[in-house]
Amino acid sequence: MEDRFDAALALLPGYLGQHVLVSASALLLGLAVSLPLAVGASRSAALRWPVLALASLVQTIPSLALLALFYPLLLALSAASRAMFGHGFAALGFLPSLLALTLYSMLPILRNGVAGLSAVDPAAVEAARGVGMTDRQRLFWVELPLAAPVIMAGVRTAAVWTIGAATLATPVGQTSLGNYIFAGLQTENWVFVLFGCVASAVLAMAADQLLGLIESGLSARRRWRIWAGLAGLAIGLAACLAPLAGAGGGANRYVVGAKNFSEQYILAELLADRIRKTGAAVDMKEDLGSNIAYQALKAGEIDAYVDYSGTLWANVLGRRDNPGRQAVLATLTEALARRDGVRVVGAIGFENAYALAMPRAKAAALHIASLADLAAHASELTFGADLEFLSRPEWTAVRRAYGLAFRREVQYQPTFMYRAAASGQADVISAFSSDGRIAADDLVVLADPRHALPPYDSVLLVSPRRAHDARLIGALSPLIAKIPVEAMRAANLSVDRDRDKATPAAAARALEGRLGL
Amino acid sequence: MAEPVIELRDVSKRYGARAAVESLSIALERGSFTALLGGSGSGKTTALKLINGLIAPDAGEVMIEGRPAGEGPGYALRRRIGYVFQEVGLFPHMTVAENIAIGPRLAGWDARRTGERVAELLALVDLPPDAGPRRPSELSGGQRQRVGVARALAAGPAIMLMDEPFGALDPVTRDALGRDYRALHERLGLTTLMVTHDVWEALLLADRIVVMDAGAILADAPPAALLAGHPDARVQALMETPRRQAERVRAMAERP
Ligand SMILES: Nc1ncnc2c1ncn2[C@@H]1O[C@H](COP(=O)(O)OP(=O)(O)OP(=O)(O)O)[C@@H](O)[C@H]1O
Ligand SMILES: [Mg+2]
Repeated sequence: MEDRFDAALALLPGYLGQHVLVSASALLLGLAVSLPLAVGASRSAALRWPVLALASLVQTIPSLALLALFYPLLLALSAASRAMFGHGFAALGFLPSLLALTLYSMLPILRNGVAGLSAVDPAAVEAARGVGMTDRQRLFWVELPLAAPVIMAGVRTAAVWTIGAATLATPVGQTSLGNYIFAGLQTENWVFVLFGCVASAVLAMAADQLLGLIESGLSARRRWRIWAGLAGLAIGLAACLAPLAGAGGGANRYVVGAKNFSEQYILAELLADRIRKTGAAVDMKEDLGSNIAYQALKAGEIDAYVDYSGTLWANVLGRRDNPGRQAVLATLTEALARRDGVRVVGAIGFENAYALAMPRAKAAALHIASLADLAAHASELTFGADLEFLSRPEWTAVRRAYGLAFRREVQYQPTFMYRAAASGQADVISAFSSDGRIAADDLVVLADPRHALPPYDSVLLVSPRRAHDARLIGALSPLIAKIPVEAMRAANLSVDRDRDKATPAAAARALEGRLGL
Repeated sequence: MAEPVIELRDVSKRYGARAAVESLSIALERGSFTALLGGSGSGKTTALKLINGLIAPDAGEVMIEGRPAGEGPGYALRRRIGYVFQEVGLFPHMTVAENIAIGPRLAGWDARRTGERVAELLALVDLPPDAGPRRPSELSGGQRQRVGVARALAAGPAIMLMDEPFGALDPVTRDALGRDYRALHERLGLTTLMVTHDVWEALLLADRIVVMDAGAILADAPPAALLAGHPDARVQALMETPRRQAERVRAMAERP
C-alpha cells in the first residue's frame, strides 16, 4: 500500500506537468477561438444558432470517443501532408488531445460569451455609440468589460471540464493524470486509480478557485483580486511545467510503448530498463489502444514495444489462415520490414495466445484434455468469455473446427471472468495463455490439436527510424527467446493478484533477476 | 439668413405601423438655444437621435453643418455632437472621471490636458473634486445626471443635444445649473437643443420653443410670443399653467 503510494508520487511531476500542459494549451486555444465566435454570434442571429448548436453537438460526443476520433483524422492529414510537402506530423499524443480538448472547452465559453454580451445594459451600449465610439472601441471598452464576469464564469466551467477530460487523453498517447487511472484499472491497483482521481480533482479545484478570484475581481472591479488570481495561475503553471523543461526531445531519448494491460506494462518497464542501462533516457507511452500501438510505432512516435504475432498477422497483414508458428513469424518479419520498415527483432520466448481453460478438477471429472474432448460436453456447459472474444475471428475458427455449441455464453470483464470460473458460474473460460491466474486458480489450458487458434508469439518490434540503431538493438537483443511462459505468468500474477500487489516496475525488476539479465 | 447648423427636412421615422416622427422639418441656427417640449411619446427623443445618427430616418434628410448626416462614419459625426441621454447611460465599470474623459480619450488628448478638463467640468456641474474616482453606482440620481452633462461637454463640441438633462435635480441646483449652462452656451457659442418637460425651464432658458405632438410640430416660436397666445388649444393649455402660476405667486407677494 505504502510503496504503491510512493510509486504513484514518484510519477506525479511528469504526469501532472503533461496534464497541465495539454489542458492549459487547450483552454487557451479554446478561448482564442471561442471569444471571437461569441462576439460574432452575439452580433448576428444568423451566426448564433449554428455556432451554439455545433458546440452543443460536440458536447454530446463522449469525450473519449472525441479524443479517439481525432487520431485517424490526424493520421490521414499527416499522410496527406507527407505526400504533398514531404513531411508529416505526429498524429498521436499531444496534437489529437489538444484539438479534442479545445473543442470540448468551447461550449461554456461560447454560451457565457453570447449570454454575457447580449445582457450588457442597452443604455451603456447606446451611450457608447452616442459618445462616438467605433464598433471596435465599443466592444473592447464597454461590452467586453461589462460581460467579463459572465465570460469568466464560462472559462471556469471550461477549465474544470478540460482538466477532467484530459485524463482521457492517455489512450491516444498523451501522458496525463489519466495514466494512473487507466493503469490502475487494468492492474486493479486502486491506490493508483484513487491517486489519479484525487490529483485531477485537486488540480481542477485549484484552477477553479484562482479563476474564481479573477471572476470576483472583475465583477466587483477589484484590481488586486484580478492580479492575485493571474499571479496564482502563472506561479502554478510555472511550477507544474518546470519538470518538463529538462525533459525535451533529443536523439538519445527512446520512447517505449505499451498497450493497456499488465503484461504490457511489465514488458515496457523491462525494455526501458535495458535501454537505460546503456545510459540513454527513456520515455514511456502506455495504455495505447491495440491497433494504435502499431500505427504509433510505424510513425516513429514510439521506438519499441512488444506485440503478438497472431495479432499482427490478422490486424496488420489481414490474414485469416494459420500456416504454423515459424511460418507466421518468418512472414511477419519479412512483410513488416518491406511494407512499413518496421523491424521485428525476434520472439522473446513465451506465447500469449487465446486459449480455452477450465478448472482442473472439472476437466478431470469429465475427462476433458483438448477442445475435441470439450465438444462432446459443451451442450451441458457454460462458457465465460472476455468482452471481445465472442466477436473475434478466433472464436469463429474454434467453433467451426470443433463444432462447439455451449449451453450458455456469458461475457465478463477479465477479472470477473476468472472469478466466475473459480465460483463455478462458468465451466469454461477464454483465457490468455501467459496469464498468471491460470496457474493461481488451478486451471488447465485445453489443447488445440487442429490448430484452429493462431500462434501468438510475443515479438519485439522496433520503429523504422530506429531499425538500425545499434544501441537500441544491442540493448534489446538479449531478450530474444529469453522469457519462458512460466516466468511471464509469475510476473503477471504478481501485478494482478489481490494481495501483495507489485507495481509493473517492481515486477519487471523481479523478472530480470529471475532471468539473470 | 445664415446657413443652419442643424436641419431636418421632412424627416420620418416609424416603428411598425406607428410613426415616432412624421415629416418633421426644423432648422436651428448657430448659437441658438431651443427647447423641445411635448407630452410623453411625442417623439422628442427620436428627433434628437435622428440628428446625431443614432437612429437612421426612414424618409427625409438630416443636414449637419451643411452636409448630410449619413455622409461620413456615424462615430465621427457623434464625436462632434455632445449628447446627454434621458437615462444618463454612464458606463458602470468606469469611474466618474473616466466617464467624463471618454470624449477627450476618443479625440486623442494627452493625460494632463484630459485631467485638467475633467477637474474643470466637475467644478462646472458643481460636483466635488473627490467625486472623480468614484463609481456611478455610488452617486445620487441628480449627481449622475450632472456627470452625464459633463461627459457631453468634455471634448468641446459645438452642438449639444440634451434629453431632460436636469430632470432629477432639486429646484435650486436645477435653476443654478440651468443658468450656468446658459452662460456657457453664450460664452462658447454653442448650438443647443434641449428636451424638457418643465415649461418654466423652457421659458426661462431658451430663445425658441418647439412643441411636439404625435411626431409633428405643433408650435415653434420665441417664449414671449408663445406666452402671448397661440391658435392651437393644446399649446394654449400648455402655456396657461405657468401664466396662472406666475399670477398667483405675484398676488401672494403683493398681499403678505
Ligand atoms: N425602439 C423603439 N421601438 C418601437 N417604438 C419606439 C421605439 N423608440 C420609440 N418608440 C415609440 O416612438 C414614439 C416616440 O418615442 P420618443 O422616445 O421619441 O418619445 P419622447 O417624446 O421622447 O417621450 P418621453 O417624454 O416619454 O421621453 C413612442 O410612441 C414610442 O413608443
Ligand atoms: Mg424621451
